[in-house]
Amino acid sequence: MQAKQSINDFVIKFANVNGTGSASANGMFAKAIFRMGIPVSPRNIFPSNIQGMPTWYEVRVSQDGYLGRRGGTDIMVCVNPQSMKRDVAEVDPGGYFIYDSTKPLDLRLVRQDIHYIGIPLTEICLREYTDARQRLLFKNVIYVGALSALLNIDFGVLKDLVADQFKGKEKLITPNIYALELGHQYASKHFDCPIGIRLERGHKVAKHIEDFDNILMDGNTAAALGAVYAGATVAAWYPITPSTSVVDAFDKYCRRLRIDPGTGKKNYAIIQAEDELSALGMVIGANWNGARAFTATSGPGMSLMSEFLGLAYFAEIPTVLIDVQRAGPSTGMPTRTQQSDVLMAAYASHGDTKHVLLFPATPAECFSMTVEAFDLAERLQTPIIIMSDLDLGMNEWMSPPLEFDDDYRYDRGKVLSASDLDAMEERFGRYKDVDGDGIPYRTYPGVHPDKGAYFTRGSSRDEYAAYTEDGSEYVRNMDRLLQKFESAKEIVPEPKIKQSELETRYGAVFFGTTASPAYEAIEILEKEGIELDTMRIRAFPFNADVERFLREHDRIFVVEQNRDGQMRRLLLNETSVPANEKLIPILEYDGLPVTARKIAGMIRNYITHGNVTPLVRRILKEEATA
Amino acid sequence: MTYVKPAFRHPDAPVNELGRTRAEYEGGLSTLCAGCGHDSISAAIIDACFELNIEPHKVAKLSGIGCSSKTPAYFLSGSHSFNSVHGRMPSVATGANLANRELTYIGISGDGDTASIGLGQFAHVVRRNLNMTYIVENNGCYGLTKGQDSATMDTGAKNKKGDINLYSPIDLARLAIEIGATFVGRSFSGDKQQLVPLIKAAISHRGFALLDVISPCVTFNNHGESTKSYEHVRKVNDAMPVDFVPMKEEITATYDSGTTFEVCMHDGSVVRLYKQDNDYDIEDRQAALEATSHYTQEGKILTGLLYIQRDSEELHDQLGTTRRALNSMDENELCPGSRFLDSINAGLR
Repeated sequence: MQAKQSINDFVIKFANVNGTGSASANGMFAKAIFRMGIPVSPRNIFPSNIQGMPTWYEVRVSQDGYLGRRGGTDIMVCVNPQSMKRDVAEVDPGGYFIYDSTKPLDLRLVRQDIHYIGIPLTEICLREYTDARQRLLFKNVIYVGALSALLNIDFGVLKDLVADQFKGKEKLITPNIYALELGHQYASKHFDCPIGIRLERGHKVAKHIEDFDNILMDGNTAAALGAVYAGATVAAWYPITPSTSVVDAFDKYCRRLRIDPGTGKKNYAIIQAEDELSALGMVIGANWNGARAFTATSGPGMSLMSEFLGLAYFAEIPTVLIDVQRAGPSTGMPTRTQQSDVLMAAYASHGDTKHVLLFPATPAECFSMTVEAFDLAERLQTPIIIMSDLDLGMNEWMSPPLEFDDDYRYDRGKVLSASDLDAMEERFGRYKDVDGDGIPYRTYPGVHPDKGAYFTRGSSRDEYAAYTEDGSEYVRNMDRLLQKFESAKEIVPEPKIKQSELETRYGAVFFGTTASPAYEAIEILEKEGIELDTMRIRAFPFNADVERFLREHDRIFVVEQNRDGQMRRLLLNETSVPANEKLIPILEYDGLPVTARKIAGMIRNYITHGNVTPLVRRILKEEATA
Repeated sequence: MTYVKPAFRHPDAPVNELGRTRAEYEGGLSTLCAGCGHDSISAAIIDACFELNIEPHKVAKLSGIGCSSKTPAYFLSGSHSFNSVHGRMPSVATGANLANRELTYIGISGDGDTASIGLGQFAHVVRRNLNMTYIVENNGCYGLTKGQDSATMDTGAKNKKGDINLYSPIDLARLAIEIGATFVGRSFSGDKQQLVPLIKAAISHRGFALLDVISPCVTFNNHGESTKSYEHVRKVNDAMPVDFVPMKEEITATYDSGTTFEVCMHDGSVVRLYKQDNDYDIEDRQAALEATSHYTQEGKILTGLLYIQRDSEELHDQLGTTRRALNSMDENELCPGSRFLDSINAGLR
């Protein structure tokens, strides 16, 4: 049997039991590869449970810098007997199965087309450690040590990582390095190291991720930093996977950065609310009163917040909401990813409502779009929803570094100060369209002794905020809100459009975490002679560039991670292009991040079996015969 | 009933220390039914704010949904107001207060808004001891949807359709005392003598102040078999007269000291209570619960200041937030700048 051979290009998966401390060892493995200058993308595939259930950690190593899931498994590190049967079955032919050989392998699990590497992890732990907890924890470190020999990980890099990880707890450094050495020695002694799949130092720069001095971080932390940089002072939230770490990280950075040096008091307030309804109510109250406030939640929380979202839309109160999407409906799969809140978010609440959505695809965008969201919310006086997902929010991604321009000033939108009010000759009208962009002026409570006070309400009102059930006043107001939504098109992030090398009438549209595997899929197809232009959507409402892309292509594959093709429907609903026939849904919704191979396969399948001759081939053929 | 609010103001109308007349504390014309108890409460709020010399623009009025929640339009037109969604005023008030602790927050709610759809938010705003005055205009029924029973309707009371309520009532004052409220009063919209000083004391209290004000619904719940009618409440009300003396005024003892009890508030002002029978220590949570329970069993309603904890930590104290209003800070104070970001990036390589 031919063993797989590859340098800096493979998928390795760790099968662990959750709650056994495997996450930090696995994280160290991925970070070591990253520090060797090789593009890497790790992902936790974990259960909605605290201890005892199977959990996986998948690491993709890609010389070319592909960060999405590729599909397939070249090496399986099996530390969990519970899931061994399916883990063995998952290994690609020619791949490796690394297991705890303390007990002999069940013969029914032996395949002829893969390689088995047995390391007696439990035996080594029993021999070396007396404490039960240590035996459990160091088992993870030992297999990372073994992998360093098998895959050629720079041992010095691993040692540095241990030192970094235990900064402040120095006495833990030596035992961890010792455990790494135990694994390393065992593997070096018993196997021909390194194996066919191996690593070589790289330079962290690859075609696909461009020439950045990349960082490795999760999207939720990046979004939290965005909120800190944007000057958010109030956060209200309710715990829900996978968004919890947004506010956890916001709390962590505020404790460091927002303590008044003179008084030791906090220049921020965080409230864990009694539910998501209350969380958004607090955010709305704080924003109404002139502070920058936000919440983070996931689909079920968004459902509860939809009443308040309608109020914020209609009463025109800036609101920032970070939706870290997971698999729904209902409780769905709380620890699995999806992009299935798109339609709910776009139209959340009763009546005619539409909300501005932002779609980050990298941690750097989670940061910059969160900063931008606060400006947009105040400029437009409306909710801004940042559509992240579990894959981006909770996994570490290679990303361009976070950037911030010190000359940048917050856009607090149209807010009248006391002197503005004094200088005004006409009567202040809270809902009056003074500038013709649909965006009125507002005042903060307490601004002026006699001017600027108004009544905020979710019921119909006239331009001066007085209650009215006059139909024409209502219509005027609703039309102004629509006009405001039009104004939003000019200021939300534009889509990223890439033209293929050869001219094509095919296009692919995607957003958020679907982008990385989709770009890779496009390159796979390109090699097969199928050329596609691509558009990565970054915001709703859609601007003129989006409309143009739809108009200029004959077949457009809309790649997304939900069952109903929600972005496709939103495009049909919210653009003027009659595109029902030409928008082809490419969907994946099993809760795991979609792979490049699947996307390429679905597009290929449509083109080759859909009686559609690839246009590029036809053009080339025509040129050849001409 | 008139549909026009007279613009005429007497040139010699008395002014308060800010030089403002009482009229400057009024609001728009009420659209509630003639004789509605809620309008008396609005008038009491106007008196209280006028007499306390509060600048109207330094007040934020918040409400939920229902007849009661419409009333912020009928007082303090110089204040910003937020008529939010049903049962959710506490969360909006919490956010607003976090953003700017320097304003006075007055929340208006009803028994449906607080005891049914909003019971969760009510309980949690009590727990957090948010610095606000929370007035429940309690009429035992849903007025704006035409008279359905509410959760504060007494067991055995009859609604307008003639149905007898079989469910046990939620006593919001008792609930609030139980879960940690630091100021709880009960009053009657028909007793201005008691209500105005109670509102003044509630506004002066630092922390969460609940006023459960029985406010008869003249249209749907003011009949003979209602326990929230004017007639019934007048009959069973065992009122504890209350007086409020602001810090700056001299306390003149003109009452028989044997019947007077004084509570000094955190800012130095004094609430004076007059009560002879059933005396209990209103700073004793357990005693307050027992007293209110005792009156209920007797078929009476004890009104007045039921419980007070003078030195409590309000939400900002608990959170340790700065004395300044959070909404007054700009990027110079809030944004860490690019150098810190560089160090973050360096730690992620």
